[in-house]
Amino acid sequence: MIRFFKKKRYPEFWSTHIEKVQNSQKYANFEDIRFVALDTETTGFDYENDRILCIGAVAIKNNKILVSDSFEIYIKQAIFNKETVKIHGIRKDGNEIKLSEEEAIIKFIDYLDDAVIVAHHTAFDVTMINQALNRLNVGPLESKLLDTNYIHKKIAKTDTYKKIFSLEELCEIYNVKMHDRHTALGDALITAYLFLKQTAKYKKNNPLNLFDLINTNYHLLK
Amino acid sequence: MKNTISERIFDFLKNYPPFNLISNETLMEVSQNVEIQYFEKDQIIFSQNDNPHEHFYIIYQGSVRLYRFVENEKLMLDICDEGDLFGLRPLIMNENYVMGASANEETILYGIPIALFHDIILNYPKVSQFLIASFATNTREPFSEKHKGKLFANVSAIQKIEHGFSEIQSANYNKNPISCSPDTTVQTACIIMTKNIINSIIITENDIPIGIITDKDIKTKIGTGLYKITHKVSEIMTSPVVTFHQNISVAEAQIKLLKHKVSHLCITKDGTNKTELVGILTQQDLILTQGNSPSLLIKEIKNAKDAETLKHIRTKATELTKGYLEQEIPIYFVTKVISEINTAITKKAIRLSVSEIGKEPPAKFSWLALGSQGRKEQLLMTDQDNALVFENIAPAEYNRVKNYFLELAEKVTEKLHIVGFEYCPANIMASNPKWCISLEEWEQQFEEWITDPIPEKILLSIIFFDFELIYGDELLNNKMAESVFKTIEKNLIFLSFLGKVTLDNPPPLGFFKQFLVEDNGENKDSFDIKSRAIRPLVDAARILSLHHNIRVNNTIARYEKLMEVEPQNSDLFESCANAFKILLQFRTSQGLANNDNGKFVDINSLNKADRLKLKSCFKPIKNVQEAIKLRFKTSQIPQI
Repeated sequence: MIRFFKKKRYPEFWSTHIEKVQNSQKYANFEDIRFVALDTETTGFDYENDRILCIGAVAIKNNKILVSDSFEIYIKQAIFNKETVKIHGIRKDGNEIKLSEEEAIIKFIDYLDDAVIVAHHTAFDVTMINQALNRLNVGPLESKLLDTNYIHKKIAKTDTYKKIFSLEELCEIYNVKMHDRHTALGDALITAYLFLKQTAKYKKNNPLNLFDLINTNYHLLK
Repeated sequence: MKNTISERIFDFLKNYPPFNLISNETLMEVSQNVEIQYFEKDQIIFSQNDNPHEHFYIIYQGSVRLYRFVENEKLMLDICDEGDLFGLRPLIMNENYVMGASANEETILYGIPIALFHDIILNYPKVSQFLIASFATNTREPFSEKHKGKLFANVSAIQKIEHGFSEIQSANYNKNPISCSPDTTVQTACIIMTKNIINSIIITENDIPIGIITDKDIKTKIGTGLYKITHKVSEIMTSPVVTFHQNISVAEAQIKLLKHKVSHLCITKDGTNKTELVGILTQQDLILTQGNSPSLLIKEIKNAKDAETLKHIRTKATELTKGYLEQEIPIYFVTKVISEINTAITKKAIRLSVSEIGKEPPAKFSWLALGSQGRKEQLLMTDQDNALVFENIAPAEYNRVKNYFLELAEKVTEKLHIVGFEYCPANIMASNPKWCISLEEWEQQFEEWITDPIPEKILLSIIFFDFELIYGDELLNNKMAESVFKTIEKNLIFLSFLGKVTLDNPPPLGFFKQFLVEDNGENKDSFDIKSRAIRPLVDAARILSLHHNIRVNNTIARYEKLMEVEPQNSDLFESCANAFKILLQFRTSQGLANNDNGKFVDINSLNKADRLKLKSCFKPIKNVQEAIKLRFKTSQIPQI
């Protein structure tokens, strides 16, 4: 009964999101899980005041990166930070087709479906998305989350408890070529490669299942 | 919608065949549907007998081993590296994989959806040609009929090109067209036409063509009495004229003539009927263009007075070869033309020598070409290999006759040397007393080689059994051939020895980066294309032809004959013929580029497409060698 009321209050895209994640039958079997490697480019690192410029994502299923199932979207900006333009190269009035934040977020949630999110420093990207969702009076994301940084910590033999690995460091360790750094979809692809290589390594010493992988991520679990 | 990943994949794929052959839009569609896969070292990508995947693969990073289990023994077939394709079997037929693939090192693959590629094969003949060149010659079970169809159906597309070679040649036309003004009378025009022996005249105003009168107009308009010979040409001319620009190819001319149902084209400065007339092209000119240059050279050879002139003509023939290869005219045709020219040169050298001696030959004789010239496969200027046979002579006359022919041969080989055919270092020439002998001596010689097949004699028989009559008595030549086949029939074990030698040169497995991948694990970076690829195919064709009493020498013709004699193996022989064509073309282009005999190929200088092309030829060699091994039971022959 309570759910019924909740459903009524939420916009359709959001209730669909909740329902899909909660009712997904895929998580038990690793081969069936659709992972979405994700990266966002933002105007800065302030959760309150900065905004998402671009979301890039590509799906992984059964150890394959599905290029046909990828996502790249640019968002119109009210807030603009000259400093970060140097990093991501997305100008306020660049050539990319840009959507409003609302349109973009709804499209992304729709694309996400019941997928498990994989990112590098996932907390940052997910918080930025949650902030945007909050502005639409919904959120936070219901999706299950993984972080390549923490999966690495689980695999690495040495004591890396306190170390935070950058994407570049992991690329070095896992021998991933870095193309298109600092474009959202480029970084998403790099994250996807890392994830494929990490899971291949991980399953040598551990049974590969989603819940153990999620448990590597003590930070996000908090 | 912008997509950074597929753009990057697009950039990668467009560097490699066959993806460089398709349009940007189609390639973008392919790029958007790639599946990226990662494999750890030694991880299996697919196993032998696995169900076919929905994708075939191109290696993005790393390398992949292809292997096959035969009676529990694992055979390494190839190592593929960046840009190589594999797993194409499902593209060709819906069958399980006949080989396994595993990662040779950490590897990233792009999976290309097969469903997408079926359409591409249909729409891009060049893609299917590439795939045929790479894989049609690559079939693992060449002895089966079932491979016919589908992708292979496109072979006919290639064959079509073979017959249409002249269409890309530029058309020759008359650059001094005869014209007259509009107020000329029909009578005057007819007088001009008769005087110049032409069947048409163009009517011009300020050098701009406005009309044409042909024989047909005279017949239908004057002969019928509709007009009189006193009328002006402008009254009976056909106007406007059909025009074309100066760079006209045979194909364009043919199409234009057919389209406008005319027999004459006016060639003008800019191709329109608003500019100056510069020439006239007739149906007749087109007929002459086809096969023009070679026949001209043959004519020049016939008129040549000395070896120097022949040398000059042979240089022109080399230019002709270059031109043919640049125009991608099929190698089979090129070899035919060049062999005809070489034969004509040798004939002329013999005639010149006979007249130098000043005495007609004292007996019937035949001049024989051996080796590659005997097989009519000689495209580059290589060593001369020849021999002479004369009719059986009474002992009393023998020395006198032999001395005449030795003198003749001395003069002929000297002339051929001047032309540019180097003396044979092994002295396999008609000027050598050993190879300038009578018919019965040849028969004894053959018998000795066949009945006592020690290595040196087998090597000689390989060279001599490809003899071809160049000049002289056909009967002598036929009798020699008969004696070879008869003696072999009585000594079939000889074929097993010959087979053994044939197998001495197994082809390499393939290329890995700048190295050859050899069966025994040895790597090399320069490739002896003659001994390792061409000769094995030539040898295989010879032994199978001797086995079947097939009396042709040309390797391609031999395989074609073998396809008829053994229809159950026609796939194998077809793949051999295709591989041979590719290799010969390759050797010739390399030789022309480096101005040498093209024997060695520097693998570092090859691009990916060339490497794939070469590699595709190795599989048929291996297959035909397997067939020989089984058929002639070569394993029973002791090591020699």
